[in-house]
Amino acid sequence: MPDINRRKFLIAGAGVGAAGLLTGVVATTLPEMLEAGRERPQPAGTGILVIVTLYGGNDGINTVIPYTNNAYHDARPDLAYAPEEVLPLDAQFALNPAFGGLAGLWRSRRLAIVRGVGYPNPDRSHFRSMDIWQTASPKDPVPTGWIGRWLDAGGDDPLRAINVGAVLPLLAVGEKQVASALSDTIPRIPDGVADTLDALSQDDPRDTPAMAAVRRTYRASKITEPEFGRVVKGIDPTAASQSADEDSLESQLDLVARCVKAAVPTRVYMVSLGGFDTHADERGTQEDLLKKVDQALTPFLRDMRTNSFGKKLVVMVYSEFGRRVAANASQGTDHGSAGPVFLAGAPVKGGFYGDEPSLTDLNDGDLKITTDFRDIYHELLTKTLESDPVPSIGPGRRNVGFL
Amino acid sequence: MGWRPVSGQSPRWQATARLLRRTGFGATGPQIDAVSTQDWSVYLDRVLALDADGDPGAVATPRPTPVTPATPGSGTRAADLDAITLQLAQQMKDMTGWWVRRMVAVDEPIHEKLTLLWHNHFATSATKVPVAEWMGMQNQKLRTLKLGDFRTLALTMLTDAAMLYWLDGASNSVKKANENLSREFMELFALGHANGYTEVDVREGARALTGWGIGYGGQTAMAFSQFDSKPKTILGATGNFDHVGFCDVVLSQPQSAAFVAGKLWRQLASDQEASPAALSRFVAAYGPRRDLKALTKAILLDPEFTASTGSMVTAPIEWMVGVLRALKVPLDQQWLLDAILVALTVMRQRPFYPPDVNGWPHGQAWLSTTSTTARVWAAEKFSSMGDLSTVEDAAKDDRIDAAGYLLGVGAWTDRTVAALKDLVDDPKRLVAAAVNTPEYLTA
Repeated sequence: MPDINRRKFLIAGAGVGAAGLLTGVVATTLPEMLEAGRERPQPAGTGILVIVTLYGGNDGINTVIPYTNNAYHDARPDLAYAPEEVLPLDAQFALNPAFGGLAGLWRSRRLAIVRGVGYPNPDRSHFRSMDIWQTASPKDPVPTGWIGRWLDAGGDDPLRAINVGAVLPLLAVGEKQVASALSDTIPRIPDGVADTLDALSQDDPRDTPAMAAVRRTYRASKITEPEFGRVVKGIDPTAASQSADEDSLESQLDLVARCVKAAVPTRVYMVSLGGFDTHADERGTQEDLLKKVDQALTPFLRDMRTNSFGKKLVVMVYSEFGRRVAANASQGTDHGSAGPVFLAGAPVKGGFYGDEPSLTDLNDGDLKITTDFRDIYHELLTKTLESDPVPSIGPGRRNVGFL
Repeated sequence: MGWRPVSGQSPRWQATARLLRRTGFGATGPQIDAVSTQDWSVYLDRVLALDADGDPGAVATPRPTPVTPATPGSGTRAADLDAITLQLAQQMKDMTGWWVRRMVAVDEPIHEKLTLLWHNHFATSATKVPVAEWMGMQNQKLRTLKLGDFRTLALTMLTDAAMLYWLDGASNSVKKANENLSREFMELFALGHANGYTEVDVREGARALTGWGIGYGGQTAMAFSQFDSKPKTILGATGNFDHVGFCDVVLSQPQSAAFVAGKLWRQLASDQEASPAALSRFVAAYGPRRDLKALTKAILLDPEFTASTGSMVTAPIEWMVGVLRALKVPLDQQWLLDAILVALTVMRQRPFYPPDVNGWPHGQAWLSTTSTTARVWAAEKFSSMGDLSTVEDAAKDDRIDAAGYLLGVGAWTDRTVAALKDLVDDPKRLVAAAVNTPEYLTA
């Protein structure tokens, strides 16, 4: 392959991820495009989506609490919140006491709550259900996520979607591309080593698919490294103060805020918090976790609202399922179905969306779904990411109306 | 001289390198030389029969036996509670550091590797289980039972303190069952998702697992007053099942054997599924005795095992421990061990901390721009602390092959050789680059 084509191929192939079918593809205009991206930062006011995944199945009923509904108190004698404990939104619903900051957002009409969100025929496996949310494919298992397919459909820059943390969720994996990964810990790659990785990034005819995948990561690194070098701290793990637990939602969102303010050309950020599988002693555990969400999101959203690059940033918070209406005997709840999804950010119109599922007309002990999660994705794809939603979520979906 | 020119080692040597890398943490030239001339079956019989705790490296790194502080009473002062929390955290950190040191120290790594794989099968995380003593006890049970019969292992896990705490088996009572342990046992440990059981089976199974509690020293017992002694119907069988009955009903499902065999295959051999023909060979070896040693051997000796060479991305612990072993990096300094745990955390594979009960991800999930950065950092650090004499003592023209011999890579691709060529003057940089090649990162 002549040098000039080789160079083009390399840049075209950068960021290609999961199945990597790009061999032979040459995108002639791409080098210039990417160069321009480096020189010309993302314009202020670009739509940015921040996806917050709560792993474990957050109990929606004790998050958006039907505090005046007798059926709620009857189903959860030891687990229900008393009316004086909660943060009322209206005469029927209140937020968990840990959501003080988000309650403030609600009062200023900046928090949207979509109720009863899920998909037909709920699956009570954490892993299958999270796969359904992340792949947007409730019927059949597919190997790509909805953001991964959005990446596939829209060009080759590995910076367009960033996951905070080394392991990419299925959400971030496309057929041809994967998101980049970002971490604050570990110094960035030194220049001399970057040259070696660059040399290793070129394909060899004897590569197995797994070996080829290693080389693709190195091609992506070449593009992400200079950009990440501007925004990450790069702490050396041998520094005495290092602890292995520095992975809070707050520090993840802090890293996102730094990227956004530095005009990194990224449209989608993915962060997460785990531990919501509250089968036992739910109240304390869930409150601690929701407090982490509240204390990470509230200052982040304030920061973004007042920054020119964050004006069109939208945060979505979701979990793989809600939990059963009735408590179990361990002061916890088992796996359920529908749950609330939260949306916030300057462009968001606050208020309730979607019908609240009945607490008494249940489906095998679980809430009935009133809103399909893909309708939320539809609105985020069309309005925030300004993209064709069909490659990500298929046809036939519609907006919910929160933007 | 154990290595040959750039043309690479013999196919037999390369296949042996693969066997040792998949059953250990990396492998070095002399180790591969020794095994490649043996019958693999004889070799496996010998190493699998070894006493894991009698290994000189294991004897030199005894497992910590922390004493769990007494459960604080309701009137405990905040400062005392903080002290207990700190003590528990320190005990868990010591336990994690110990396992890394043991994985690095042992002469025959196959027992630690299999223990790690079974830890991943019955994934239990210290993010929720607060007691290092229990995590350490579970770790030793996995090590002791990993080559016995699966029923004994499964029953032991169903009544293990860390597992009961992790999946709320310790708060599952007759008053109202907690489904967590029953569900995950069927979905992730013994049958597979939606593989022949229903939500009703999960709920009925949970009733069979009621009544268990954890006592002092991590001892567990079933209290009959908390046990649901009414009949249950699980997977079509009705009886007054307890945990033994539950386990037997689940394991007697015909799909269980293929699930257990397929899961071990994916951990040992390939990120791809085994072919139906190979899977039936593994199920036959597992047999009615649910023989894990026979299953392990059958996977490793199967033609598809060798045919799947290069199909698996090396997981972060395998990579990290492999580099430490090959370069003989001394782990006697706490700051280095601490830094290794931080790096493993960044790479998202700290031992004792799988992300959830489904265990760690696998395959290309391990390849991200962040993992690359973490590996580069570790490689630079270790290559400046380790023993590189195999490479340093070689003539410059032989150094790429010498690096392959040091790291158990029997053949380099032309592209990799071209990338490494510029580094032969500097053994440290050469080795740091060699451990980040596609050849070393896959097996």
